[in-house]
Amino acid sequence: MSNDNIYKPYLMRIADITEEAPGVRTFKLEFANPEEGAAFKFSTGQFGLYSAFGEGESTFCIASSPTRKGYIECTFRETGRVTSSLADKDVGDIVGFRGPYGNVFPLEKWKGKSLIFIAGGIALPPLRSVIWNCLDLRDWFKVITVVYGARSVPDLVYKHELDEWGKRTDMKLVTTVDPGGERPGWTGKVGFVPHIVEQLAPPALNTVAIVCGPPIMIKLTLPVLAKLGFGKNEIYTTLENRMKCGLGKCGRCNTGRSYVCKDGPVYTLAELEKLPAEY
Amino acid sequence: MEELRKKASELLAGGAVKVVIGYGKGTGENRRPIFVRAAERAGDLAVDAGCTQNLATYLTKAEVRAMGRMAIVAIPSTLRSILQLAAERQIREEQVLALAVLDGQLRELATFAAVEETVATIPDAISAADRAMIDKLATMSVSERRNFWADELGRCVKCYACRSSCPMCYCERCTMDCNRPQWIPVASHAIGNLEYHMVRAMHLAGRCVECGTCGAACPVGIPVHLLTFYAEESVRRQFGQKGGGSAKLDYAMSTFKPDDKEEFIR
Amino acid sequence: MTDRYTLSESGVASLLDALAKAGRRVLGPKKIAERIEIAEIKTAAELAKEGQSTVSAKGTVFPKVERLLKYRFEGGKNVALEDVEPNARPTVLFGVRPCEARAFHALDVVFNWDYKDKFFNQRLANTTVVAITCTKADESCFCTSVGSRPDDPAGSDILLSPLKSGGYVAEVLTDKGKALVALAKAAFQPLTGAAEVVPAATVAPAFDAKLLERKLAGKFDSPVWLEQSLRCLGCGACAFVCPTCVCFDIQDEADTRQGQRLRAWDSCGMRLFTLHASGHNPRDKQSQRWRQRIYHKFAYYPDRFQTLGCVGCGKCSRACPVDMNLKQHLVEAAQ
Repeated sequence: MSNDNIYKPYLMRIADITEEAPGVRTFKLEFANPEEGAAFKFSTGQFGLYSAFGEGESTFCIASSPTRKGYIECTFRETGRVTSSLADKDVGDIVGFRGPYGNVFPLEKWKGKSLIFIAGGIALPPLRSVIWNCLDLRDWFKVITVVYGARSVPDLVYKHELDEWGKRTDMKLVTTVDPGGERPGWTGKVGFVPHIVEQLAPPALNTVAIVCGPPIMIKLTLPVLAKLGFGKNEIYTTLENRMKCGLGKCGRCNTGRSYVCKDGPVYTLAELEKLPAEY
Repeated sequence: MEELRKKASELLAGGAVKVVIGYGKGTGENRRPIFVRAAERAGDLAVDAGCTQNLATYLTKAEVRAMGRMAIVAIPSTLRSILQLAAERQIREEQVLALAVLDGQLRELATFAAVEETVATIPDAISAADRAMIDKLATMSVSERRNFWADELGRCVKCYACRSSCPMCYCERCTMDCNRPQWIPVASHAIGNLEYHMVRAMHLAGRCVECGTCGAACPVGIPVHLLTFYAEESVRRQFGQKGGGSAKLDYAMSTFKPDDKEEFIR
Repeated sequence: MTDRYTLSESGVASLLDALAKAGRRVLGPKKIAERIEIAEIKTAAELAKEGQSTVSAKGTVFPKVERLLKYRFEGGKNVALEDVEPNARPTVLFGVRPCEARAFHALDVVFNWDYKDKFFNQRLANTTVVAITCTKADESCFCTSVGSRPDDPAGSDILLSPLKSGGYVAEVLTDKGKALVALAKAAFQPLTGAAEVVPAATVAPAFDAKLLERKLAGKFDSPVWLEQSLRCLGCGACAFVCPTCVCFDIQDEADTRQGQRLRAWDSCGMRLFTLHASGHNPRDKQSQRWRQRIYHKFAYYPDRFQTLGCVGCGKCSRACPVDMNLKQHLVEAAQ
């Protein structure tokens, strides 16, 4: 019988903090125990439970790519008890991390295909890991497109990354803000993400779409993709649901027959449609 | 009983109410809350000695309110709850029709004034057993009382059957639900249990109608109603105010009067 | 080949004695005031011979509150973690019902579903289950509808069946059971041949669980869930008395110097269970939560774990303040 405490987190030191947008922060976390850091592996799509000791744990995807070793990153919005406590922390502070949990984006299956990533607002973090992972394995894929929008220019996250992606010649980046969200000097598009995708009209042939965003964005983007000819097995998303244990025991994330922490968080649209809309 | 069923059928058939909240046959000899919406089902309604649960908690339940105007089979404590809920602006007069069955007679009470009038004629009565327990607790020393409650509350599993069955615990966001800060520990250890029950009793002082439904609801038989009864009776003794007496708010715990006995307020 | 013994009433007394001397904690259904609770049993007379405890015995392996972790805030920015071991006292559960014994499997499949939960496993490893078959049942029981019966041996280390002449036949079913007998050899008389046991209770099956599972597949949007849950108060009484309910919460409690991470029972019937920090609640209505309870136990559990999430003990129905009789609800759902 294993005597490991599955609820015991790794201790992580905050190595860097980036203020992405109002209320949104990225932590770069290094393992307090370098041996644990060296042994740590994960695949893109997986998440963890991050501890603010004294307050509790919160679930965020691992926002950095598994191809980058020695650290992990997470991005979160200050919303409740745990995220507020995390938002108060400084470089050098200790937080906890349990993971990696959940299933993965099936990159092997996508080899030889084109990829289009569609994200809105605070939902870019779950896709950032897989975007970087794919860019680090660039020759696996054909055309890579990223469509990313937020309510306004200040709300765009990973601004530094967007700059970098915009300059790369091996991918196409389209950024947009909601009407009214422009600021002086904005050179990106203006319009809701589903509308921009429709305008862009990416070809569906041999292409995988990975979509993540607030419910309303997803609701309006899926019909656009369907009209463009994307099949339900070619559209992927990553779900969020309230979690506590993250490893299939506490029952909180249970949606239909699925446990989001075990069968997800990555689902194809075909799989998602089989579940009740209780997420 | 027949009078009640006939009245319920009439009210539903005529559309005067959309639902009659009442008691029906449960498992074995038990009675259970039922929600009659079709006039032909009025025969499901029962009223007898087994109907002791205060059904007023359903007057603030969204799914029931959404049905439309509600009639409710009212035992005396339910009438008092209606008044307290009215005083706290949780129900409007046109939303509720009380069907009180007192001394074998059916009374249809469509206004809060009518309910007040009726309540004034019903003597307060808590059971002899409960009265004996309260008196016994009052004679105990502090440490005896502490041991009594530590023993009883040791069984508490924080299921909140007490809170959920209480008509006055209608808050959509209970103190227990606040986690910034987590005022009261969630877990059912000694301090988590004690603090929850203490706070609940304090929140009911001056509002409790002494129906005893919370204690009856407790699956592990903790007499939690004794805590709220005691808090309620303390307020009555000290401030002359009681829960469920009037449809106009007179809440001692949030009111300062010039003739209050405390010095600090002057 | 099952070892069979007789255990007389005085044998029970001598067994309890031997267990106490061996440092075992003995827990069983005990009559206290008007209730039956799972509590320490010192003498045979304390054992409630009829009925069942209100709260199940699952607290032996999955307590209502349990510490998972401790930590200290050290000078400056550091945090020191302290691992925690469960207080897995060697325990004998004596006199529980076969439905209770069977329920441990439904907990096991979740606690050992890939990640192994040491807290549950250590406690279960240190618990020996001695069940007594049921010679009576009540209106809330429905073990025979969920693949069990009043004399079901599943989950017991030793199964006792009351003899017409007093005392019990003891069937020793596992190594743990054998080890228990070895502790108190004098109490157990080897039995060969027949013995006249009191017939097990008759519990007529009320519904077919496999048919129910099939029916549920098409009933997700049925209005029956709203109807059934109109009187439901959304408390946790059913989940907490239930021997197979395993959902839990994790809470940190700390001051400026140190803290602990606790696990506590939770219920899918409560509104806060699925509430997101953003305010979004996937199961905002009580009817959705009631439906989840039924589907989780009778559809998702068999699908994922090849076992039902219910043993038909009826504790939920007896504990419910508004008489949500699960058997009645399931009969309706299976139509």
